Amino acid sequence: MNSINGADTVFVIICAALVMVMTPGLALFYGGMVRGKNTLDSTLHSYSALAIISIQWILIGYTLCFGKDIGGLIGGFNFAGLKGVGFAPNADYASTIPQQVFMLFQLMFAIITPALISGSIAERMKFVHWVVFLICWTTLVYDPIAHWVWGAGGWLKNLGALDFAGGDVVHISSGVSGLVAALVLGKRKNVGKPSNLPITCLGAAILWFGWYGFNAGSALAVNNAAVNAFLTTNTSAAASAVSWSICEFIHRRKITSLGVASGIVAGLVAITPGAGFVSPLASLVIGFAGGFICYFCITFVKSRLGYDDALDAFGCHGIGGIWGGIATGIFAWKAINSAGANGLIHGNPKLLGVQIVAILSSVVYSAVVTFIIIKVINAVSNIRVDKKEEQSGLDVAEHGEEAYGGIQM
Amino acid sequence: MMADKLTKVDIITSRGKFEELKKALGDIGIAGMTVTNVLGCGMQKGHKEYYRGLTMDINLMPKVKIEIVVCEVPVDLVVETAKKVLYTGEMGDGKIFVYNVENVIRISTGDEGKAALQYDDRNR
Repeated sequence: MNSINGADTVFVIICAALVMVMTPGLALFYGGMVRGKNTLDSTLHSYSALAIISIQWILIGYTLCFGKDIGGLIGGFNFAGLKGVGFAPNADYASTIPQQVFMLFQLMFAIITPALISGSIAERMKFVHWVVFLICWTTLVYDPIAHWVWGAGGWLKNLGALDFAGGDVVHISSGVSGLVAALVLGKRKNVGKPSNLPITCLGAAILWFGWYGFNAGSALAVNNAAVNAFLTTNTSAAASAVSWSICEFIHRRKITSLGVASGIVAGLVAITPGAGFVSPLASLVIGFAGGFICYFCITFVKSRLGYDDALDAFGCHGIGGIWGGIATGIFAWKAINSAGANGLIHGNPKLLGVQIVAILSSVVYSAVVTFIIIKVINAVSNIRVDKKEEQSGLDVAEHGEEAYGGIQM
Repeated sequence: MMADKLTKVDIITSRGKFEELKKALGDIGIAGMTVTNVLGCGMQKGHKEYYRGLTMDINLMPKVKIEIVVCEVPVDLVVETAKKVLYTGEMGDGKIFVYNVENVIRISTGDEGKAALQYDDRNR
C-alpha cells in the first residue's frame, strides 16, 4: 500500500538540495547590495537561518506545519521531534515519496523564508536580536501560515486557495513582516552604494537555479505539473527581467545590472503561487506584469512613503507575492493541472475571491504577529545598534571581522 | 649644486591615460614612480548612478596619481611630456604639482640625495 516511487523520491531529494542552495544564494544577493562594512552581517542573516531553522524544524517546526490539524489553524504535536516521520509516505501530502523526504523538502522552505526578511532590516539590527526574532517568527508566523495553506485540514486549503510553491506562505509572509520590522526599526542614518554588484548578480543566478527545485519540486512527483512549473518559472523570470529593464530604460535611459537581477527575482516570486496551475503563456504575462509592478513600487511608492525597506524584501517578495496570488486567481487552468482550479479567465471568478482572502489573511496575520514579536524583543533589549556602531559598520561592531579593506599582506 | 636639486612631480589625471603616460615618461628616462588610485573632484562634472530607487550624484571621480622624484631629468621635460600626453583641452585632464624635495634615501644601500635616484648596473 505504501508504494514509494524511486523517480519521484530522487526528484524531490534533488529539489530539496536545490532549494537549500537558494539561501546561500540569497546571502550573496543581499551581501553584495549592502555597503561593504555590513556585508558579513547580511551574509550571516541567511546562514543563521540555515543553522537554526534546521534544528527548530525537526523539533517543532514540521509538526506545527504538518501535524494533526487543530481547528484548521495549526498542526498538533504528533510529529514533534520527528516522531513517526519515517520512510513510509504520508498520503496526506505525497503518497509516492517517503515522509522524511517531504519533511526535508519543506525544511528548505522554512529556512529561506525568514532569511528573506533580513533584506528589510539590513544594516541596523543587532545580530543576537535577529537570531531571537528568527526563532520566534518561524514558530509563530511561518509555521501557522504554512499549516493554513498546505497542512491537511488547514482552513485556507479547505477554502480552496491555490498556492503551488509558497506565494502566501513564503513571499507574502516574509515581505510583509519585513516591512513591519523596517518600520519599527526606523530608517538607516545613511544609505550608500552597493558594495559588490557582481556578487549580487551571482546571487540572483543561484536563486534562479534553485527556484527550479522550489517550484518544480513542489509537484512532489515527476509529473506534468512539475515540468509545467519548471517552464513557467523560467519564463516568468525572463519576462520580468525584460519588463524591469524596459521600465528603467523609459524612466532613466539606463539599464542596470541591479535592475536585471531584481527583475529576475521579482518574476520568480510572481510565478511561485501559480507555477503548477497556469500555462506558459500566462506565466509570460505574470512575469512581465510582475517586473513592472515591483519596479513601480520600489522606485516610486517607496520613496513617496519614505519607509526604509533596505534591500526591498517587501518590494520584491511582498508585492510580487501578492500579485502572484491574484494572478493565480486570474490565470489558473484545469487543463494545465486537474488538481488545481479554473481562474477568472477560465470562467470561475470565485477563485479570485478565495485567493484574495488567502492574501489578506496572510498579510494581516504576518503584520500583527511580527509587530508583537519585534515589540516584545525590543522591550527586553533594544533591537537597533547604536549610532556609532551603525556608522562604523555592523561587520566589525557585531561580528569582529570585515569583508573588505585593511592592509593586504 | 643646482645639478643636485631634487624635485617631486605629482601628476593627477584620468585613469585611461595612465599607460600612455607611463610609456612616455619611460622614454625620457624616468625609471621609478609611485602610482595610486585616487578619487577627486574639481571642475569636471560627475555623473548619475542608479541603484533601484536610489539616484546618486557621483562627483568624486576615479583618478590616478603618479608621484615622481627627479634630479638628472629636467623638471621642464617631465612637465612638457606629461602635458603633451594628457592634453585634450577639457575639464578632467588633471593637474601637475611640482615641489622641492629635501632629501632622498635609498634604504637598500644607504645612498642619499642624487645617488639614491641613480639606477646604474651596480644597483640592478
